[in-house]
Amino acid sequence: MELSIRNVRKEFDRFPALDDVSLDIRSGELIALLGPSGSGKTTLLRLIAGLEFLTSGAILFGDDDASRKSVQERNVGFVFQHYALFRHMTVADNIGFGLKVRPAASRPSSAEIRRRAVELLDLVQLSGLANRYPSQLSGGQRQRVALARALAIEPRVLLLDEPFGALDAQVRRELRRWLREIHDTTGHTTVFVTHDQEEALELADRVVVMSQGQIEQVGTADEVYDSPVSPFVYGFIGDSSALPVRAEYGQLWLADRALGFSESALADGPATLYFRPHDIELTDGCGGCIAGVVVASRRVAGTRRLEIEVGGDRHRVEIELPAGHTAGIGSRVAFRPKRWKAFAGRQEGDTPAPQTEPEPGPALEPLRQPFGAREIMLATGT
Amino acid sequence: MARFRFRQPSIVPGFGLTFGFTVFYLSLIVLIPIAGLFIKTFELDWASFQRIVTGPRFLAALRLSFGASLLAALFNVVVGVLIAWVLVRYRFFARKLLDAIIDLPFALPTAVAGIALTSLYVPSGWIGQLFSPYGITIAYTPVGIWIALVFIGLPFVVRTVQPVLEDFNREVEEAAATLGAPRRTTILRVVAPPLIPAVLTGFSLAFARAVGEYGSVIFIAGNIPRQTEILPLLIVFRLEEREYAAAAAIAAVMLSVSFLILLTINLIQVWSDRRFGNG
Repeated sequence: MELSIRNVRKEFDRFPALDDVSLDIRSGELIALLGPSGSGKTTLLRLIAGLEFLTSGAILFGDDDASRKSVQERNVGFVFQHYALFRHMTVADNIGFGLKVRPAASRPSSAEIRRRAVELLDLVQLSGLANRYPSQLSGGQRQRVALARALAIEPRVLLLDEPFGALDAQVRRELRRWLREIHDTTGHTTVFVTHDQEEALELADRVVVMSQGQIEQVGTADEVYDSPVSPFVYGFIGDSSALPVRAEYGQLWLADRALGFSESALADGPATLYFRPHDIELTDGCGGCIAGVVVASRRVAGTRRLEIEVGGDRHRVEIELPAGHTAGIGSRVAFRPKRWKAFAGRQEGDTPAPQTEPEPGPALEPLRQPFGAREIMLATGT
Repeated sequence: MARFRFRQPSIVPGFGLTFGFTVFYLSLIVLIPIAGLFIKTFELDWASFQRIVTGPRFLAALRLSFGASLLAALFNVVVGVLIAWVLVRYRFFARKLLDAIIDLPFALPTAVAGIALTSLYVPSGWIGQLFSPYGITIAYTPVGIWIALVFIGLPFVVRTVQPVLEDFNREVEEAAATLGAPRRTTILRVVAPPLIPAVLTGFSLAFARAVGEYGSVIFIAGNIPRQTEILPLLIVFRLEEREYAAAAAIAAVMLSVSFLILLTINLIQVWSDRRFGNG
């Protein structure tokens, strides 16, 4: 079932939660709505389901205008973050609920409903738990039941609102892979909301990046990661470092030095240079590069992150080097981004800290041991 | 689950102290007076006991007391759930005020309530005169008693159901809607079942209160022998006649019946807790 969202606007008390959003979803596609809280992603999902009503615009299921239909008529499968199972019903009754409440004419026999419930339990790998109550299941199992319940009504679209948000990291990764498998077997057009970019990039065919009630970019994981179209997407997807620069004569300038990056598309004036901390190369001399003093260094999994103060204004940027690199605090480092993009205007204010990290990592505490001590740590640490 | 753990180390200390106090206190306040009541009853010989508890006046009062209390509690369940629903689900002007009004039957001296209700429902009263042209009298009939019992029992159901309804997750209703369930089905099959334990609690509280009610009922009842006499009134009569043992006998029967009914409700509750996985 194709899904078409046309110029949708939704206001809550005059405040626009969604502003002129349009999106086409192909049949059988797995789409992620990704954005920070308050970006309108959940509102969009609930509008598709019919749990909220549009202020203006239209939502089409195929050729069928669903905008004026009630939730019950839309026939969507909806999975909630906190499962929303019926706790007074067994697992089988939960799954069969959607069939049981159908009008008598289209309601399958109770034996048939039972059979379907068992079949779906097999699909979600919970065979044998049919007679349990939801309170007897783990979080991951409950969410599987919730999905089976949504699939039981043979929905035209499957919608999932932060489906793994309440689960711990291990279960999350496992369910992610499993959801992809289920999607590939059943072929439902699926839209899910998440604020976890890893989840969105790994799972979805296409990612819809949203911010402040608007769609910033729609694309495959490669597209949104490698060619972000806006500073927001650059900052939100993956790690990024930002450096305030100036655009003049088609060149980018850091203070009074040309960086050697030509950027003819930018008008003269202040601009911000974005690059990925890991996507850089160290250089020896500094003809057309960024140079600065290392002010902090921390080990993150397989890499070492350096915070570098650049130029007279002492802007801090972050770069990532192999863990074995021994640039100490106070040493000078020169590098150039292998891939970068500049946007007009100052996006981050005057002191761009690496605040673009979506998840709070370890505190930016510089290592304070004397140089020699850290050398030893490095030697024994690996 | 409910195994006694007298000597096992626990992360919740103070079991001995609190349990000891509870037993002591319940004995002092509840068990000893009730035991005294039953002991007092044994002052009667079997024949006179039998005469008291099979007398037509006693039986009529027994039927009236428990019948009116059951009907009042049932009515309060329906209205109380409705009021709790309105208070929890809708935001409207003066909601907090309405919320506070619910508790008034708790606070009002019951005799005041009884007199107020009586003056409203007598044939010349504000409400009574609406019914008297059709030959319906409310005051001094069992209907009047029922109204008084409804009045005093209302807060129990509202106050037990309200918090459960407040905790109810709206997403569950939305889930039912996305699965195609019409609103009525959602209410009946999804919202109502989890409310059952709270409703039962409210019912038994309202019922117990109604059975023991005296002050508000005697004014509106009219106290016509065998028609509108309630059991507590019979007890008061016996007391006035200084027939303490007879009074104790009536009270003992009343207490036993109440206890059986409340025990039954509790057992239903245990069953429903297990059934709905609240345990």
